[in-house]
Formats: sequence, structure tokens, C-alpha cells
Amino acid sequence: MNARHDSLHIPAVIPAFDALRWRRDFPVFRQLVHGKPLVYLDNAASSQKPQAVIDAVSDYYQRYNSNVHRGVHHLSEQATAAYEGAREKLRRFINAASIKEIIFVRGTTEAINLVAQSYGRSHLQSGDEIILSEMEHHSNIVPWQLLREQTGVELKIIPINEAGELQPGAYEQLFSPRTRLVAVTHISNALGSVNPVKAMIAHAHQQRVPVLLDGAQAVPHLPVDVRDLDCDFYAFSSHKMFGPTGIGVLYAKEALLADMPPYQGGGEMIRTVRFSGSTWNVLPHKFEAGTPDIAGAIGLGAAVGYLENIGMASIRDYERGLLEYGTQQLQSLAGVKLVGTARHKAGVLSFVMDGIHPHDIGTIVDQQGVAIRTGHHCAMPVMEHFHISATARASLAFYNTREDIDALVQALGKAREVFR
Amino acid sequence: MDLKDLYQDVIVDHNRSPRNFRKLADATSVQEGFNPLCGDKLTVYLKLDGERISDVSFEGSGCAISVASASLMSEVVKGKTVAQAEQLFEKMHALLTIEDPERDLESLGKLAALSGVREYPSRVKCATLCWHTLKNALEHPETTSVSTE
Repeated sequence: MNARHDSLHIPAVIPAFDALRWRRDFPVFRQLVHGKPLVYLDNAASSQKPQAVIDAVSDYYQRYNSNVHRGVHHLSEQATAAYEGAREKLRRFINAASIKEIIFVRGTTEAINLVAQSYGRSHLQSGDEIILSEMEHHSNIVPWQLLREQTGVELKIIPINEAGELQPGAYEQLFSPRTRLVAVTHISNALGSVNPVKAMIAHAHQQRVPVLLDGAQAVPHLPVDVRDLDCDFYAFSSHKMFGPTGIGVLYAKEALLADMPPYQGGGEMIRTVRFSGSTWNVLPHKFEAGTPDIAGAIGLGAAVGYLENIGMASIRDYERGLLEYGTQQLQSLAGVKLVGTARHKAGVLSFVMDGIHPHDIGTIVDQQGVAIRTGHHCAMPVMEHFHISATARASLAFYNTREDIDALVQALGKAREVFR
Repeated sequence: MDLKDLYQDVIVDHNRSPRNFRKLADATSVQEGFNPLCGDKLTVYLKLDGERISDVSFEGSGCAISVASASLMSEVVKGKTVAQAEQLFEKMHALLTIEDPERDLESLGKLAALSGVREYPSRVKCATLCWHTLKNALEHPETTSVSTE
């Protein structure tokens, strides 16, 4: 091989994921917490925002703040274009078939409540069954309990095993002729378990049962393709995917949405209003009563653009490596036990420490600049399963590094010291 | 803020070996306390002899602040009258929630070990849960639950 060929040679090694480069896009990291550099490991609760998102929100308020879908004036036209442009970005990001299937809501919680109240109350009756799992966040339990009180539906729960995985075979056994809906999480927020949702959806569809996925912990961490999954409803939140708080998305197949009554009434969602009765706007507006969170949607659109630039597959692969490293480091500590050891896991490290309550761990590591979550993580049934009241939880994002894990490990040493 | 101000030796000691940590068979009042934020659960047992608290104990699980606070409380209120215990409740509440450079830590005795908690707003409820539960037990001599939320 001569020198000329060598100069054309493409390196076999793909450049390493440069987390520190991305971290520089996040102004929150330009500060010290308790005199220490901020180590943010609470991403499953809420993620930080890149400058691009902050600027998009601020730009809307500074340059073209106005209502959408109403005015014929310049600013309103700009705002409408940006708001609907964000919807198209979301559609492309999760590969929905149409923008009619992208409903802007306040977050995952509202998305699930919308499905429970609109689809649930119009399609389910007393004695009908909904399958949930033991690892659900409260936001995918309580809306169905409210529906149970209103309609008499029954809830069937897929149990989890000691690793924090859905018990193999249990799901299929829960199906009966009365099963009308499956509502499960894509990734558990408390355990990090990634559920085999594609196979679960295929099984449900064989029985003509629709499936809702809680995607709050999935969308920020791996590529999600709703058409490949073939899910019927998919709910997620902006603030966990580096966008603003107060906004999220309900994806639903158009045929289902067309057959569902409005969730809330008001402006925007109507075509005509008379005291004798009103008619509804077309999709997706039928489900967006009132002035929406315009700035939030635009900010979320910017977050999607930011994530697409990095690449969701790269993010998934990088976080997988980081999770492996974190798992090894925590497992090497005496008296530390991981809660949630599923074979397929995303970046969540939930753990308990002998003799030290998670709340004390949280306060002590915070003093070292390390932010983690402690408590039941809005998943009390998971805590009950493991006979604990709380865990400490470090949850990862693409801007975290091995040094962040090392800082956590060191801070846990400090906790040991305090309670020695 | 030094962690030693929060986790004083007294706190660490009472967490490791909580005093009066048991069920009280002849309790005249039993109340449960629950902090939904962290899942801490606490049961306070009281034995009232007229106006006097002749015995007090507790059971439950919680963080070091919560367990130490309950343990210290049980030591301090034993033998006190209902009125004295209610005064202590007010004093503890003030200690944990009000900024007061003039505060009289001495009159609180060993309870003053909890003074560092005020600097950690998210942890105040850990220290007050047992006191709210005690107050409920004093006011309602039957079994119900109290929540700090």
C-alpha cells in the first residue's frame, strides 16, 4: 500500500462520544454547588437545558410573542408557524405518520389522563380489564384507578421479578376476553428496566387490544419509532428530554383519536359553538383546548433539533457504556446494593446502602456537589416489592461522564464516614 | 455548612441505637405518622397517667434525622405533663423553622442537637414528623394517622 492510499484511508475507529463537548452547551454547569463543580445525576427526574432551548424560548417572547391559530397579523403568523413547526419536528423525531397524531399536552401525566378520560370513558365498561405492570410510575397507575372508580373497569398487574424485570410469561397469562387496553412503561424510572414492548404490543394486537406506552424515560435516551413499535398511544415529557417544563406529547394513532371525544372543552378545540351544541375542530386541535404552551412547544422543538444533531443512537450507545461503568463501580462498594438489575437496562442506578437511609445519602452527597434523587420515585409499588421505603437513584444523561460516577462514589465514601 | 452541624454525634448515636424503640403494650394512645415525600413511617405510643406522660415509645423506619428526632423526643417528654409536651412541640417547631439568632438553645437540652436541620429545608419534615405524631396522640387518644404533607 503506498502513501497516496494511506492518506485516503478512513480511520476504523469512530471518534469517541465527547460528552464534555455537549456539556458546554448547558449553562447550568457553569456554577459551583456547595463550592464543588455540579455533578448532575438526577436526569430521570428532570434534565438540564441546552442554550439552544433557552434561546428558542426567549426568542419567542422577545421577537414574536402572540397567540397561535387566531390572528392574521405578522406576529401571530410567525408564532403559528413556529408552534406547528415544532409539531412537525416531533412527528419526524418519533416517526409518526401524521402531525394529526401529535397532541401537545402538559406532560406524560396529562397525556395518560387524556387517554384514560377520553378513550377510557368512551370505550371501556364495567368489568373490562386494563393490564398495567408493577413497575409503573404513579402517573400510569392513578389515572386508571380514577377510571376504575368512574366505570368499574378492572386493573390486572404484571408482576416483576427480583431483577426488576416483568416476570416472563405473566403478561400473556393476564389476557382474557375482557382485556381492552394495555398500559405499560417503556423504561422504568425507578429501576431502569427496558421492557420488551415491541413483542408485548404484537401480542396485544393479536387479541385486538390497543397498547399505551409511557415513554417518559425512553425518548431522551434511545431512538423511538412509534410506527416500528406499532404502539397505539405513546406519552412523553419535554423536561426529561432537555426541553422546557410544562409541555409534553401524546402520540396516538389517527383512527383512535378520530374516534375519541374531546378531553377538555374551550377555545381552539371547536369548529362551531352554539348554545344548542358545538362541533369539534379537526385533529390534532380537537385535543388542544385553550391557548397552548406556545413557548414550551417551540423550546421542545429546539430540544428535538439538538438531540437529532447528536444522534439518538450515539446517545444510547454512550449511555450504555456509562451505565456499565457505574454498575461496576457501585457493585464494588461494600454495603451497597443495586435495586434493579434487569438484563436490558437504561441509565438508572437505584441503590440502597447498609445502615444509611437514602435521604441521608442524598443530603451528604449534595454537600459534595452531587445531585441524586432519593425517595420512592413515584413508584411506591416497586418499593413495596423490594420491601424498602426508598432508594437513592443516580440517573444518567449524555452529558455525564465516568468522572461524574467517580464523584458519586467518592461522595458515598463521605456518607460512610459521617455514619462510621 | 458543615455536615457535622447536621449529623452531630448525638444524632448519629440516637440513629444507631434509638431509645424507647419498641411497642408499648399498655399504651393509652397510639398514632401513626407518615411522610409521603420519603415514605417514612412512624408509630408513637403514649401512656397517659392523668395529665402526665408516664411512658412513651416509638417504632418505624426512617432516615437518621427522623429516627434520632423521635428517639430524643421520647427521652425528653417522658415524665412531662401534656401542657409541657405541647410547649416543647412549639419550641421544636420554632427551632426547626424560624431563623432566630437569639434563640435559647439551652432550654431545649439535648433537643438542641437538631438545630442544624433548619439549614436543610428539605429535611425539616424528617425532624418534625415525630412531633406532629406526638401532638396528634396527645390531642386524639385513638388510632389515626398524621401526615407531614
